Amino acid sequence: MTLTLLYDGSFNGLMTAIFIIYDHKVKLPIIAKASQEQKDLFGGTMDVITDAEKAERVWKRFTSLCSKNDSKQIYRAFLSEIIGIENTIYEFLKITFENQKAPSGDYGNTTVLKITQAAKMVGREKHRMEAFVRFHMIDEEIYYANVEPDFNVLPLIASHFKNRYADQKWVIYDLKRDFGISYDLNSVQEVQIEFDKPKSQRGILNTTVSEKGEEVVVSGSFRESENNYKDLWNQYFKSTNIKSRKNMKLHLQHVPKRYWKYLSEKV
Amino acid sequence: MNMNYERIKEKLEILADAAKYDVSCSSSGSKKTNKNKGLGDSSGMGICHSYTEDGRCVSLLKILLTNVCIFDCAYCVTRKSNDIKRAAFTVQEVVDLTINFYRRNYIEGLFLSSGIFKSPDATMERLIRVAKKLREEENFNGYIHLKSIPGASDELMQEAGLYADRLSVNIEIPTKAGLKLLAPDKDHKDFIQPMKAVQKSIQIYKSEKKLIKSTPIYAPAGQSTQMIVGATGESDRDIMYSANFFYNKFSMKRVYYSGYIPVAEDSRLPAIGTEVPMMRENRLYQTDWLLRFYGFDVREILNDTHQNLDMDIDPKLSWALRNLDQFPIDINRADKRMLARVPGIGMKSVGKILSARRYRKLNWEHLKAIGISMNRSKYFITCDSREFESRDLTSSKIKDLIMINSTSKYHKNFSNQLSLFS
Repeated sequence: MTLTLLYDGSFNGLMTAIFIIYDHKVKLPIIAKASQEQKDLFGGTMDVITDAEKAERVWKRFTSLCSKNDSKQIYRAFLSEIIGIENTIYEFLKITFENQKAPSGDYGNTTVLKITQAAKMVGREKHRMEAFVRFHMIDEEIYYANVEPDFNVLPLIASHFKNRYADQKWVIYDLKRDFGISYDLNSVQEVQIEFDKPKSQRGILNTTVSEKGEEVVVSGSFRESENNYKDLWNQYFKSTNIKSRKNMKLHLQHVPKRYWKYLSEKV
Repeated sequence: MNMNYERIKEKLEILADAAKYDVSCSSSGSKKTNKNKGLGDSSGMGICHSYTEDGRCVSLLKILLTNVCIFDCAYCVTRKSNDIKRAAFTVQEVVDLTINFYRRNYIEGLFLSSGIFKSPDATMERLIRVAKKLREEENFNGYIHLKSIPGASDELMQEAGLYADRLSVNIEIPTKAGLKLLAPDKDHKDFIQPMKAVQKSIQIYKSEKKLIKSTPIYAPAGQSTQMIVGATGESDRDIMYSANFFYNKFSMKRVYYSGYIPVAEDSRLPAIGTEVPMMRENRLYQTDWLLRFYGFDVREILNDTHQNLDMDIDPKLSWALRNLDQFPIDINRADKRMLARVPGIGMKSVGKILSARRYRKLNWEHLKAIGISMNRSKYFITCDSREFESRDLTSSKIKDLIMINSTSKYHKNFSNQLSLFS
């Protein structure tokens, strides 16, 4: 009989679930997010209570048996949020524990290939966000950007932006997952913002943000002078195009339409 | 930025438009990390922040300092005899634009070129001033690509590399004869001299850095150049042999190929409205990749009997069809060099095959899952399976079979012609 382990969606939660599978010697486990519970008529369910210590034991053991690239790929695959990816990750760890060595580069194995492909998709999205984030300055000298990435990549892009914009405060907010990262000239922290506008109106032109949380205060409205920079950028974008070389197929391949709404040059 | 915004916008329109024929937009290969909590970092891979409708990457703010020019090169939109609006940025305006675009994550940095006003040295000196100001006053660690102005002195070229990540001088016309025809006031050696100066400095600074750690880095992203394709009558062999010369002789990081876009009515050049030879440009880039990453020698691809690339198939397939005696190869045993020569297998797949076959013998299913193009590769390989192409097919038969089953870029461009015969 299968046993579905329901975890809270965090990486530590997933690692705790895997700990429990070994600890309880679960024969036919299925791991799923509690928020995505599917009733399995013939199996039982179990709620996983995230335990950082147990999670760390699993992760430490795994990382001692694999390369840096393997652990990076597993984490990235996790951030893909692909339904069922937890089970592929479990499978990968299981193979590793059985062989006392991670199956690095065994692309003839479906589990390994799936992890590689999921990690690649997330890596591509990370790179896209590093490219497509468009800051505009709001009051308090904060550079602010909204994003809606396909995968949960904010944890991956934080260090890139921290290294690059070390001397300016910035906030990148994932509207889809309703959390952001904020840099205050010292460190990057996760933040949640209470917007005073409904989601659909938080477009690039009208991000009025007010926030009552603890870590960051983002208030005030969009600066008029910001329109000038946006305008100059749009002008540049127009002037640098070569009309006689138009190739929309290639254009869309590089900048799929779903990203356009936050790119001022494409609005 | 306290400046006349409307005026800046107008200048941007003119000076971005004039700079756009320079195709390089690379922002990778530098090693500059953020220092002392300054602005910017260019230690990672290049980033394309947007793409124009022609599908080209927008990574840098690519502008001319001025489009005033004392030269009259026929292929150039900025030539002095052309009746166009002229404009010039001040040093401070370029600095402000770069910083403000960079802070908003629009760009990776600046690509600054210029028409040659007054003299090559005066122009080069002004370009250097922009870069120096960005580095020293703004603590800017983003990417800077400066144009080496043909005819600029060695001393200025040496200084330029201290602030720029990359330096480039565009050879534009691949042969000396072509250059004489289209740019009578320019001398071939004026292009070569700055390349030599930069290459020499790169070598000197590199060897000094080994001994003295505090030696500044000099043009860490190296040099590049660009050639116009299809303006004069060069063969693909002429172009690629030139490219090969620049790669070997000046350790170029990149050679760019730019299909000629008619910008002037001139009896020496293709007429305005002539189609940009994009397919040819694409085939040249594929050849360039084969030389740089796939271990091909230029003479294997282009030589006395094959002076031009095939337009209907890619150069690797074309090579393989001319060398069927070297195939089929066994995927589970062939070395890296031969795997890279199989049509339909890219370098990423080569790496995956080498890695995966340490675990097990690979069959068609595995190869498909890894992502190689079966349509093109299956005639050239065997694997752990009894099924393989056993017919004794000729080159032209294989080519036909591959073309029937693929949607080539070539088909789109030539569909009108093909339909006449169908």
